Amino acid sequence: MEIIFNTESLSFEYISHDEKKEQKTLALNDINVSITQGEFVSILGHNGSGKSTLARHLNALLLPTAGTLWVKGMDTKNAQNTWQIRQTSGMVFQNPDNQLVATIVEEDVAFGPENLGVPSAEIRQRVDWALSSVGMSKYADVGPHQLSGGQKQRIAIAGVLAMRPDCIILDEPTAMLDPRGRKEVMQTVLELNRNQGITVILITHFMEEAVLTDRVIVMDAGLVVMDDTPRNIFKEVDRMKKLGLDVPAVTALAHQLRNNNIELPDDILTIEEFITYFKP
Amino acid sequence: MRKIVIGQYYPATSIIHSLDPRIKLGGTVFFIVTLFTVNEWGAYAVAISALASVIALSKVPPKFMFRGLRTMFFILVFTASLNIFLTPGENVLVEWFIFRITSEGVSQAARIGLRLITLVTASTVMTLTTTPIQLTDAIESLLSPLKKIRVPVHEIAMMMTIALRFIPTLMEEVDKIMKAQMARGADFDTGGLVKRAKSLLPLLIPLFISAFRRADELAQAMDARCYRGDVGRTKMKIMRFARRDFIACVIAIIYAVALTALNNFL
Ligand SMILES: Nc1ncnc2c1ncn2[C@@H]1O[C@H](COP(=O)(O)OP(=O)(O)O)[C@@H](O)[C@H]1O
Ligand SMILES: [Mg+2]
Repeated sequence: MEIIFNTESLSFEYISHDEKKEQKTLALNDINVSITQGEFVSILGHNGSGKSTLARHLNALLLPTAGTLWVKGMDTKNAQNTWQIRQTSGMVFQNPDNQLVATIVEEDVAFGPENLGVPSAEIRQRVDWALSSVGMSKYADVGPHQLSGGQKQRIAIAGVLAMRPDCIILDEPTAMLDPRGRKEVMQTVLELNRNQGITVILITHFMEEAVLTDRVIVMDAGLVVMDDTPRNIFKEVDRMKKLGLDVPAVTALAHQLRNNNIELPDDILTIEEFITYFKP
Repeated sequence: MRKIVIGQYYPATSIIHSLDPRIKLGGTVFFIVTLFTVNEWGAYAVAISALASVIALSKVPPKFMFRGLRTMFFILVFTASLNIFLTPGENVLVEWFIFRITSEGVSQAARIGLRLITLVTASTVMTLTTTPIQLTDAIESLLSPLKKIRVPVHEIAMMMTIALRFIPTLMEEVDKIMKAQMARGADFDTGGLVKRAKSLLPLLIPLFISAFRRADELAQAMDARCYRGDVGRTKMKIMRFARRDFIACVIAIIYAVALTALNNFL
């Protein structure tokens, strides 16, 4: 499979100025990862570990202060690649309200392809297709303020889809949603990954969401500290705790039981799996 | 929570709804301009029946038409009274103290009142049959010749769109902040002007901070979706001049001729 993102010693430093003093924050510290087309990757890490900074690099919203990032072989530092890169990897942000531009749903979905200069008739097709891909065709004519949080995020995803990206990066898209909205968004993203082969990079605080992905990258203080399948990552309950992260509730429970000499495997991720060990 | 409606679009399928928004916008401006040239009662009758026909064709229940007038009521009364008292005339009807009402004054007030009512109703018909986004598109298209003299027409239209998009969001936010402050004992409804103005401060500051944060995030989201002004930009919905728009233009010209004739030669 083709490699879509590839980094070499990617580092990034924020420089902020407060009253005379210049303050530097090393948000990414020598990152080396590569992501293959079609993967569903989740990124975990406590607040300030550099997840959003990394996500913004993948979309060329930020450029490395040291090292290199290639998106489908294009160096993000080369300004000529910027628009191509942003079309390749679309971005969905945390706050559903602050990323919708137009007053009508379908107009908002059309915003990206309009910016790319796609012919009108094709924009129409793409918008209809994108809205049906996220199950929001019914809402084409309503205003964003009439939608629930989960629906708004699905519109934001449709807006990215209409640009025909290879990859969608979602930066805590479910953080401001109720459980139902979270489910809707996860379901949508999973389907896009499975049915359309779109690479998905999901930054999240919800371990139950990470369980559903193919690969988990754990960040801490600007470093990638773990990078493995969810099963292998969540096995390490104590290490995750030290990193300030949870494991899925059922995994934590199994861990406790094991510590109390109840025989259970160490890589239980779902309630269904857990139950099978208690069936006679 | 208050139900928030942007603009006052009334969805329906009518010939007026389906007209090119540029025709509706241009036509409304044209109609308002012609109103100011009208003085004779006969011409008023033509203008009002023209407007009435448009209202009938629009399939919007007439009660919506006069909503706009409610907010205009005081201006209407004020303007009419000024005209009643200040129009010089011979034929005195009532005289008391320094006030004097003449028949010329009454007729002038009636005309001005009628003109205002027609004007407001005409613009209400337009906003009821045109979505805000169609309106901004129409403005962008009609003003596009100004791009040649470097007026940022596209940017102005984009700003209007974003403003329309965020009005409901910010209203919701005001509501939320107000409730939060009230829960902590803030009082927005009593006291003198100064006290009330002061009590608004804890409302406005968080609102502004959040608006700036929103602006920043929105700008990033627009960047991420390849927005770069109107260079190489296309539109999903192209405004097209159809046969009905052409017919509307012809009707407008006939109307203008009839109006001028009635006003000047009868
Ligand atoms: N605009 C900024 N200016 C200065 N420092 C920033 C800025 N954004 C983030 N940082 C800092 O960079 C680090 C990583 O932040 P971020 O990527 O947002 O982390 P995460 O998304 O994992 O919470 C944090 O220490 C944060 O304080
Ligand atoms: Mg973040």
